[in-house]
Amino acid sequence: MKSAAEIARDVKSGASSALAETERSLAAIRARNEELNVFLFVDEAGALEAARRVDERVAKGEDPGSLAGVPIALKDNICQNGVPTTAGSRILEGWRPPYDATVVRRIEQAGAIVMGKTNMDEFAMGSSTENSAFGPTRNPLDPTRVPGGSSGGSAAAVAAEMTPISIGSDTGGSIRQPAALCGIVGVKPTYGLVSRFGLIAFASSLDQIGPFAKNVADAATLLEVIAGHDPRDSTSLPEPAPALVAHVGDGVAGQRIGLVRELYDGADADVIAAVRAAAAALVGAGATIEELSVPEFRLGLSAYYLIGPAEASSNLARYDGVRYGLRVGADDVTSMNEATRTAGFGAEVKRRVMLGTYALSAGYYDAYYGQALKVRTLMIDAFARAFEKVDLLLGATTPSVAFPFGAKTSNPIAMYLSDVFTIPTNLAGNAAISVPYGTGEAGLPTGVQLLGPGRSEARLFAAAHVLELSGGAP
Amino acid sequence: MSEALRREDVAKVARLARLTLDEAELDLFTDQLGQVLEHAKDIAALELEGVVATAHPYGLVNVVRDDTLEPSLEREVVLAVAPDVEDGRFAVPRIVGEAP
Repeated sequence: MKSAAEIARDVKSGASSALAETERSLAAIRARNEELNVFLFVDEAGALEAARRVDERVAKGEDPGSLAGVPIALKDNICQNGVPTTAGSRILEGWRPPYDATVVRRIEQAGAIVMGKTNMDEFAMGSSTENSAFGPTRNPLDPTRVPGGSSGGSAAAVAAEMTPISIGSDTGGSIRQPAALCGIVGVKPTYGLVSRFGLIAFASSLDQIGPFAKNVADAATLLEVIAGHDPRDSTSLPEPAPALVAHVGDGVAGQRIGLVRELYDGADADVIAAVRAAAAALVGAGATIEELSVPEFRLGLSAYYLIGPAEASSNLARYDGVRYGLRVGADDVTSMNEATRTAGFGAEVKRRVMLGTYALSAGYYDAYYGQALKVRTLMIDAFARAFEKVDLLLGATTPSVAFPFGAKTSNPIAMYLSDVFTIPTNLAGNAAISVPYGTGEAGLPTGVQLLGPGRSEARLFAAAHVLELSGGAP
Repeated sequence: MSEALRREDVAKVARLARLTLDEAELDLFTDQLGQVLEHAKDIAALELEGVVATAHPYGLVNVVRDDTLEPSLEREVVLAVAPDVEDGRFAVPRIVGEAP
């Protein structure tokens, strides 16, 4: 498959057309979507229409944008005007949002072709897509295994070469973890770098939209397009999108990189070997490695599984059967609310809504939610101390390679542990990237994670590109 | 503080969250939520007197837009996706009535 950069180049030069690239993507989707359950909705008509518009711009001599004619997949929690959007939930089945998310506007302005909406764990709550109301997505590299989650469909779309790039959202690892399990690049940007307007909210202080791609430069190109201030998101950083693509080739000479014990302890041996090999590759490119311990990272899981559910219990209160989505009729409004939510939400969503309600309830607020918010401060301070010593941190993305279906569904804690290495970045609002590096069990890809402070994306892409060039990719 | 989660606690939380649980779900969720709270004891037990709580990583405050008129969604567009509509408004079942 051509990279996004190659497609945009060919579409601009006339060597290809947006229509041809879109048809190629549609054919790839048709070939495997039934088997893999990647797309919940394929917008064939919308994609072909968008492609014609891009080709018209090229024909008129206008600049069609940095993603001209590039097929892209959207996680199904991102609203696109008039296009079915479910967030993987029965409660939104059949709903068509009446507006576009800011990221949708931006990618369309850049000439990208939205192919459709990808499967996900319901309301982004999960690490395997097994919590989707519409069946799990299969990992394109081994269909007996999960693609990771919650953005499993968007990761699988790229891994299966249906689209060269896609968009997901990352609340506790939901971009980086599926990227690692599918052998692709995934980025969790700095909190506030990408507008959340039009992203269906899970945990608003943690959610962040970000890119998936086959290679680092394509991820940088997509992030550059979607980043930048948006007045419609009050948490949007008040600054323009940073230059990212120009820095992909900057290298790591002179960079100090902290290899953090808490970011690989407990992982499978193959995963740890991949992290060690990545460290050696960075040294080979002129970086220095310092072994670090950041004990506060161990507190991340508990803090996350209180803060996330607490915010979710509030955010998901809007699904009451009144204004949009499912309504299950009843004689009075409270019974209607209850019948609607009971029928519309799956088990994991109910678990988290109840956990959050409990953590926020009188008598428990200080012990759980209040305490978790203080741990968040400890986490931010711990990162800040680490970044006084080093420029970036290095660790594993996930404890293991892609796991088989059903392996963790009966034990929520086991599933939650999939995100143990990714959660600290969300709690601190920092940026991180997962890069495929090495292989593990059954020849499946392992991912390594580079973590930076807020606004360090350019440095992260440069280091990730060094790893990409060093030949460690599976 | 974190004494074991009881079945009646889960029933109460479900009621607050507007969810109906059957007996089997009540047992399952009591067990599973109890495990998560058990795991959370590591932070519930920390001595964090004097640590300031973080609700937002960058602490942006009082973000307001300019006070200028801008178009918003049309009423018909919004009502078109509603489950039930009457006279240009969202229609819902009875809110006020005789006590059950």
